[in-house]
Amino acid sequence: MKRTVPLLITGIVGTVLIVSVLIPPAQSLGEDFSLFFDIIAVFAFFLGGGNLFRIHLKKVFHRKEDYGFSIVTLVGFLVTLTIGLFKIGNPEGISGSITAAGSGLQTIFVSIITPLSSTMYALLAFYVASASYRAFRAKNREATILLVSAFVILLGRTPLGMMLTGWIPEQFSIFQIPNLAVWIMNSANLAGQRSILIGVGLGVVAMSLRLILGMDRTYLGSDK
Amino acid sequence: MKRTELVVSSLIVVALMICKFLLPKPLLFSPLVSTIVTILIGCAFLVIFILTVKGKPIERRIVFLVVGIALVFPFFMKVELPIRISPEVQQVYDKMSSLPAGSKVLAAFDYDPPSAPELQPMADAFMKYAFEHDFKVIMMGLWPQGPQQANQSVEAAWAYNPQWMPDSADEKVYGVDYVNLGFQSGNEFVILRMGESFKSMFPADLYYTAYDSVPLLKNIHNFSNIDWGVNFSAGKPGTVEWVQIAVDRHNLPMSAGNTAVQAPMAYPYLNAGQLIGLMGGMAGAAEFEKLTGHTGKAITFLLSQTYAHVAVILFILIGNVAFFLNKKEKK
Repeated sequence: MKRTVPLLITGIVGTVLIVSVLIPPAQSLGEDFSLFFDIIAVFAFFLGGGNLFRIHLKKVFHRKEDYGFSIVTLVGFLVTLTIGLFKIGNPEGISGSITAAGSGLQTIFVSIITPLSSTMYALLAFYVASASYRAFRAKNREATILLVSAFVILLGRTPLGMMLTGWIPEQFSIFQIPNLAVWIMNSANLAGQRSILIGVGLGVVAMSLRLILGMDRTYLGSDK
Repeated sequence: MKRTELVVSSLIVVALMICKFLLPKPLLFSPLVSTIVTILIGCAFLVIFILTVKGKPIERRIVFLVVGIALVFPFFMKVELPIRISPEVQQVYDKMSSLPAGSKVLAAFDYDPPSAPELQPMADAFMKYAFEHDFKVIMMGLWPQGPQQANQSVEAAWAYNPQWMPDSADEKVYGVDYVNLGFQSGNEFVILRMGESFKSMFPADLYYTAYDSVPLLKNIHNFSNIDWGVNFSAGKPGTVEWVQIAVDRHNLPMSAGNTAVQAPMAYPYLNAGQLIGLMGGMAGAAEFEKLTGHTGKAITFLLSQTYAHVAVILFILIGNVAFFLNKKEKK
C-alpha cells in the first residue's frame, strides 16, 4: 500500500500531463493537475524552513564546530520570519504589503540581503582568478582550445576586444575579437548546447517513461 | 590567524565607510591618476610574473589583492569605452522599439540580489524606456525576490525622471501604467497556468489588490493579450522555461536578459527564432543601455569588468608560462 499509492499517483499524473499536451481538449485537465505542484511547492517552503531550523538548532545544542554561525543563521531566520509574519514596521499595518516602502522586511531586503548576497556572489571573481593562476594549464590539445576560447570570450565580452582588433579591415572582420566571440557563441557553443539539450531531452523522456510505468522506483526510497 | 584577518578586514570596512563620507562625490580620478593606477597594476603583474618564473608562486591573498584593486579602482576612472552593439542585443532593441505606445509588456524578474549587478541595469534601462514610450508594464517574478527587484527598476526610472513619480505632473499611475503581480511559487507550472489564465496564478497583485480591480489587467486574461514579453533571468526557473511554455505553446513574442554564465544556454533558442534577442551579462546590459540612451550602471561597471577580465587573462598566461618553463627545465 505504502508503495502502490505513490506509484499510482505518479502513473496517473504523468499520463494525464502527457495526454494534455497531445490532445487539445484535455489541456485544461493538465493545467488543473499542475495545481498539485503548486500545493506541494508551498509545503516545500515549510519543510525547507523547518529543516533549516532543526539542523542548526541541533548544531548549537550539541556545541558542534563553528556553532556560532548556526546561531547567526537561527537569529537571522527567526528575526526575518517574525518581522515578515507580523509585518513589523509596516507603515500600512498588518493588512499592508510586506514589500511596502519602509516596512521592516523591505529594510532587511534592501540593507542586508541585497549587499550580503551580492558580496557573496562577487567573491567568485577572486576565486576564479586564483584558480586560473594555479590550475588553468594548456596541458593538452583540448585544454589549449578551451584556453584560447576563454581568452577570446573574455576579451570579446569587453570593449578591449574591439580596441585591440578594431583596426582589422572590414573584409577580415571575422578576425576581430568581438566577432570571434560571437562566432564561438553562435557556432561552437550552439552546437554543444544543442547536443546537450537533445541528449537531456531524450534522457528525460526515457526517465519519465520509466517513472510513469513504475519501472523506476528509486524515488520512493528503500522498503525499510 | 583567523582573528587577525577578521580585525584587519573590519578595519578596512570601517576605513572605507569613513572614506565614503569624507571623499567628494562623485569621486573621479584625473586621466593622469588613472594612467598611474593602470601602470601600477601592470607593474604588479610584472613582479608576479618574475616571481612565478623563478619558481616562487605568489600567495592566494596577493592574487585576491590584485584582483580587488583591478576591480575597485576602475569605478573611479572616467574612460570612454567603445561599446560595440552585438546582433542579439540589437534584436531586443528592434523588437522593443517597434512596439506602439500602450503596448502590453510582460516583464518577468526571475533573479535575486546576487545577480542584480548584471541584470538590474538591463531591467532599469528597460523600465525607463517603457515609461518613456508609454508601455503598459506587467511585472512578476518566479523567484521570491523578483518582485522587489522589479520595484527597484521602477525606483530607478523615478530617479531618472522624477516627473514619473506619484503625485507628479507626468505620473505613471500604479495599476494603470504598471502593475506588480508579485511572486508565485510553482516554477514552470506558474507559466503553464498563466497560459490559460493570469488570474488563476495571481488572484491579487503584490499589494493585495484583487486582479479584477486593477484597471491595467481588465482585458488581460492570458498570453494572447500580451504584445511582448521580456525575461530577466539568473537560472531556473527562467528563460528556458518561459521559452518552452509561453513561447512554444502560446506564441508569446519574447526577449531575454541573462547573466553571462547562463547566456550560452539560451543561444539555441535565440538561433531557432524562439527568442527575439538576448542580452548577456554586463556587456549585454551596457549595449542595451547604449541603445536605449539610458546610460547607467552597466556602462560604468564594464570598465571594472574589463580590468578584471584582463587580470584573469594575465594570471592564466603567467601560470602557463611558468608551467612550460619549469617543464622545460625538468627535461
